[in-house]
Amino acid sequence: MGGGGGGGDSSEDTAVELGDEPHVLAVDDNLIDRKLVEKLLKNSSCKVTTAENALRALDYLGLGNETLEGTVSKVNLIITDYCMPGMTGYELLKKIKESSVLKEVPVVIMSSENIPTRISQCLEEGAKMFMLKPLKQSDVKQLKWHLMKCRN
Amino acid sequence: MDLVQLQRQLVEYRTSLYHEGFLDAQFTQLQELQDENNPDFVVEVVSLFFEDSERLLNELTTALEQQSVDFKRVDAHVHQLKGSSSSIGAQRVQKVCIAFRNYCEEKNVEGCLKCLQQVKHEYSLVKTKLESMFQLEQQILSAGGSIPM
Repeated sequence: MGGGGGGGDSSEDTAVELGDEPHVLAVDDNLIDRKLVEKLLKNSSCKVTTAENALRALDYLGLGNETLEGTVSKVNLIITDYCMPGMTGYELLKKIKESSVLKEVPVVIMSSENIPTRISQCLEEGAKMFMLKPLKQSDVKQLKWHLMKCRN
Repeated sequence: MDLVQLQRQLVEYRTSLYHEGFLDAQFTQLQELQDENNPDFVVEVVSLFFEDSERLLNELTTALEQQSVDFKRVDAHVHQLKGSSSSIGAQRVQKVCIAFRNYCEEKNVEGCLKCLQQVKHEYSLVKTKLESMFQLEQQILSAGGSIPM
């Protein structure tokens, strides 16, 4: 797993206040895409942790098989690729929504494929946003603005 | 060649890469992500792309040499290559990957082999061109100049 910045403070809730640096977990099996999304998020003043697949992401979040679920979320946002080997981003989304600790954490799904049924499936399952790859800086800026707006 | 000439050469070269479809707007996005804190960002990402692509091309070659081709596996590799090339703006490589995936879906070995050859060719071209471009940039920096946008 790659880390960017400390994973230190946990807050009582997952609200992102103005001035805070949101901690984002970015999940993608493609190395280049991981590097890109990390840079895009850091450019938007986010702390970033990356994971190369859904299982590693779940472990990090405390939802893995061997881990005990915590009481607070380590992250303010999860952004995940849809197409990943093993568990897809959609399945990861479902697991997150099933967790009492993590269900309030906004989840954004990314995909290189613009498939309307896929998009509505994810949104219906509770994804905050669906974004088309490749991501641009303006996409991430919009995402952050949207995230902060929702919390106020 | 003096600095101004080098800078002009770089701009012309870069422009030609866009015109010929080797690079698209996504590459510009990459350049815009580079800053004083990460002055080598583009080179780093592109180097990762080179390493990853070479690995994928080897996997694809092996997969298509099998007696009984596993098209799901082939498609998975092409999907990765399509994703990476799209993310760095390597447009021509990405386009071949799209055709390649169609042949995978049709389970067409001939078509896949043809695409593999094409994608290797396009990859090799864009690699050479990007390396030339980086070399020009390095020359400019060594001469004390800055990279024109």
